Amino acid sequence: MDYFMEQVINGLQLGLVYALIALGYTMVYGIVKLINFAHGDVFMVGAFIGYFGFSSWGLPWPLAILVSALCCACLGMLIERIAYRPLRYATRIVALISAIGVSFFLEYFCSLKFMFGPNYRVVQRPFDEVYWSIGGVTISNIQVLIFCTAVCMLVGLQYLVMRTKMGAAMRTVSFDHDTARLMGVNVDRTISFTFGIGAALAAVGGVLYAIAYPQIWTFMGIMPGLKAFTAAVLGGIGLIPGAMLGALIMGQAEVMTAAFISSQLRDAIAFSILILVLLVRPCGILGKTQPEKV
Amino acid sequence: MGVKDGKRILIYIVGVILVYAVIKMLAVTGVFNPYWQRILDQAMIMTIGALGLSIIFGISGQFSIGHAAFFGIGAYSAGLVTKSLGGDIFTFLLALAVGTFMAGLVAFLIGLPVLRLTSDYLGIATLGFGIIMKVGFDNANKVIPEMGGATGMTGIPQVANFEWIFLFCIISIILARNFVQSGHGRACMALREDEVAANVVGINIFRYKVLAFVFGCSLAGLAGALYAHRYPFLHPTNFDFLPSIDFLIIVVLGGMGSLTGTIVTAIAWVFLLEGLRAILGTTFLEWRGVIYALILISVILIRRQGLFGNKEYGFLAPVVRRKEARNVTTES
Amino acid sequence: MRVSKWVALITVILFSMSIIAGCGGGSGGTTPAGGEEIRIGLIAPLTGDVKTFGESVKNAFEMAMEEVDYKVGDFTIKVFIEDDRNMATEAVNVADKLITQNKVSAIVGSVTSSSTIPISEVAQANSVVLITPTATNPKVTVDAARKDFVFRACFIDPFQGTVAARFALTELNAKTAAVLYDQGNDYTIGLKDFFKESFVAGGGQMLAEEAYTKNDTDFSAVLTRIAQQKPDVLFLPDYYQKASLIGKQARDKGITATFVGGDGWDSPELDFVAMDGGYHTNHYSADDPRPEVQEWVAKYTAKHGQTPDALGTLAYDATKLLLKAIEDAGSTDPAAIRDAMKALNGFGVVSGSITFDENGNPIKSAAILQIKDGTQKFITIVNP
Repeated sequence: MDYFMEQVINGLQLGLVYALIALGYTMVYGIVKLINFAHGDVFMVGAFIGYFGFSSWGLPWPLAILVSALCCACLGMLIERIAYRPLRYATRIVALISAIGVSFFLEYFCSLKFMFGPNYRVVQRPFDEVYWSIGGVTISNIQVLIFCTAVCMLVGLQYLVMRTKMGAAMRTVSFDHDTARLMGVNVDRTISFTFGIGAALAAVGGVLYAIAYPQIWTFMGIMPGLKAFTAAVLGGIGLIPGAMLGALIMGQAEVMTAAFISSQLRDAIAFSILILVLLVRPCGILGKTQPEKV
Repeated sequence: MGVKDGKRILIYIVGVILVYAVIKMLAVTGVFNPYWQRILDQAMIMTIGALGLSIIFGISGQFSIGHAAFFGIGAYSAGLVTKSLGGDIFTFLLALAVGTFMAGLVAFLIGLPVLRLTSDYLGIATLGFGIIMKVGFDNANKVIPEMGGATGMTGIPQVANFEWIFLFCIISIILARNFVQSGHGRACMALREDEVAANVVGINIFRYKVLAFVFGCSLAGLAGALYAHRYPFLHPTNFDFLPSIDFLIIVVLGGMGSLTGTIVTAIAWVFLLEGLRAILGTTFLEWRGVIYALILISVILIRRQGLFGNKEYGFLAPVVRRKEARNVTTES
Repeated sequence: MRVSKWVALITVILFSMSIIAGCGGGSGGTTPAGGEEIRIGLIAPLTGDVKTFGESVKNAFEMAMEEVDYKVGDFTIKVFIEDDRNMATEAVNVADKLITQNKVSAIVGSVTSSSTIPISEVAQANSVVLITPTATNPKVTVDAARKDFVFRACFIDPFQGTVAARFALTELNAKTAAVLYDQGNDYTIGLKDFFKESFVAGGGQMLAEEAYTKNDTDFSAVLTRIAQQKPDVLFLPDYYQKASLIGKQARDKGITATFVGGDGWDSPELDFVAMDGGYHTNHYSADDPRPEVQEWVAKYTAKHGQTPDALGTLAYDATKLLLKAIEDAGSTDPAAIRDAMKALNGFGVVSGSITFDENGNPIKSAAILQIKDGTQKFITIVNP
């Protein structure tokens, strides 16, 4: 039983890590309907800046996270300005290809020597790990930190989108650009803001990821990005609570498969579950069942 | 019509023979050394595979990001045939048939449930299938030791020469063109433009989705089967997620719904990646990935409808041009 | 009409590219004044996700070349460096390019087995000498038949796996072991298989064999399971970066087992804190007083500011072996170089005195090192 609980905690940690990335992913998708393929790479840049922050520049780690979030917000807005805005009224697939291009660019450019370099870097955690034993299961302060951050992000995002003026503008833009403009919404600024927030969230996720799994390198964003997007789709893409739910399910599915069935088949079984869920709920778990207009 | 058609076909046949003769001549005189010949073969193999995705995605609008998995199924199953039965011409042709058929069969089985999904959900489901197949290839040696699992598969006779690949490339182009211009192709385009409307005019949309998917994946299987006999080593990473993205890039850059675009872009893409080596030289070798990404972004920013939009040229153009045919772009 | 302009543009670009490239191949006849020229190719992953391995190999290759001032015997060396992006397809393409366009006599490369096996097929078919620094899969040099133009500078998996298992049994008195391996990487699979075979044959018990994939960073599920089974030894046969990550998380999960690994651990970028107390097999020990070793470590450190990793060392050795064979052969003919390579007898390089066996594998001893207080401590040497 303890063993089972321990694995549940492991799954929870992995799921929350996916959620950190998936929340930003799904928010951007919800507003502009773009699969922001470069999200995973902004996440990588965030991890690197955070790492330089607390190891080279000697910043305290919460400040390093903040700096990283700010830098990545600028990067996110820059990417939007250069690579997505000209394609805003093109088909979605075209913007996806542009996003893939940006993703390749960040990966290859950052692995050049004068940038971050191709090496794997060991991250020395900026604080000591503390373990608490509660009823037979061990919980670390890193897990608590990730949990709190993910919950804050979820609540904060939900508040931002549903309760604030900017959120109202974002939702309006997601329905129709022209109508939004008629209602006095500055569409360009709203979308720019959306990308900024999404990238800042990715950066926060990246730094926490680097602290939890203490190693960073320039191609680290691909797989977490892909898994997080999958999680967002599983929960119902575009829905902020859906991303959280999907990420938690993905995390549990992977960990439980590895723990009780077979570590060789981990990805295969996790994705089989995904396909099965989609067949039952074609628009994700929380998604509206009416089919999307294609 | 009859005479005119005959003339057109004659021109195309002469054209194909001319292209063949020119390439052969370049090869014999040494301008095209074996390296460039191999790149050309790779380009034609990519063309066949990309035509498959063009039919699934470009023509029928079904978002698939697991195309390389079918390429892999074709490569492995064809490789198994010639590896165990030997490399004479008949087994080679049998292997190509088996590779094509297996990819088509798996596409049918997986398509039946998965094609009920639409848009990004379909994309994620096919992506998931691709990852499942990668795990399958990695562990395949536990069931069939010849497949080698993660240590890769070797020992496939390298019998696919330029002539064979050229022949099958031409055949694939003809098949794809005839499919697109048949009633089936029209139906597929209709369901790309609007599923509801297509349904209303009496098109069995699910049947056509499966048809296009199976046909497209069979072409990927054929491409894979040729690859297995031209490249001496099959490894699961060749059929992973990133190669699937490569196919997607080719189809979109060529222009959604344009077979001409797919063909030209597939060839240009392969030559671009290799050509960058020659242009950048040793000093800037590590910039190859960066330059590739920049070219990708700038091309898509300049030509958002793809290099060819949805237009077809030459042999691939519809025989009867209607005056009011207009530039329809897909919207999703 | 705009479209046809684009078509024309693409065609022009394509043709100019092939012409540039074609000329590059054709105009290679410029022989410098210093006598005859020998062409040597290097294939390594210089872009993509294992770029860092490729960089190590390229640096070491260039250092070996600079040492001899790009001259061997009566020949001046012309070097061609190509990138395979760690993809089998590109590896075949560049092998073809080096052989048919650049007309090299010998190739050094590549790093991973999955791109070296296809290169070895091409090199063998074209009768060009290939020496791979780091590809451990036996299939590289022998598949259905011995590929007699292909050699390697590293151990093959059976030897290293067996050495590690015997060391665990006899020196560490281990009774039980667990292993984590990358199921997409034949280096780790090979080591795991042979470790398991010898460990079980020697009376040990394998408690767990768990797989992961190359992009995984969370190993908590399997480590929790292994923590319950309490093995004496945890075998981590992967490169330094993965081993560090797993080791760190294993300690976090309260696993106290001794870590054991292979030559992939040998890097200044290993997490020395997390891996403290672990043992790994290696090609040489930096404490070894032999001049080859001391010179190499000193030179590399002076140039790159850190100690060399296993990949760099092996690439340096591979290049040295090739240069020696060319010198002995006194010819640019690959067949002569191959024969000289086969005839090498106890040629001293960093990782030992090398003689090739009939399968093109070097016969050399393995050092066992311990990670202790931020350095690698020499423990013992094991002969084949």
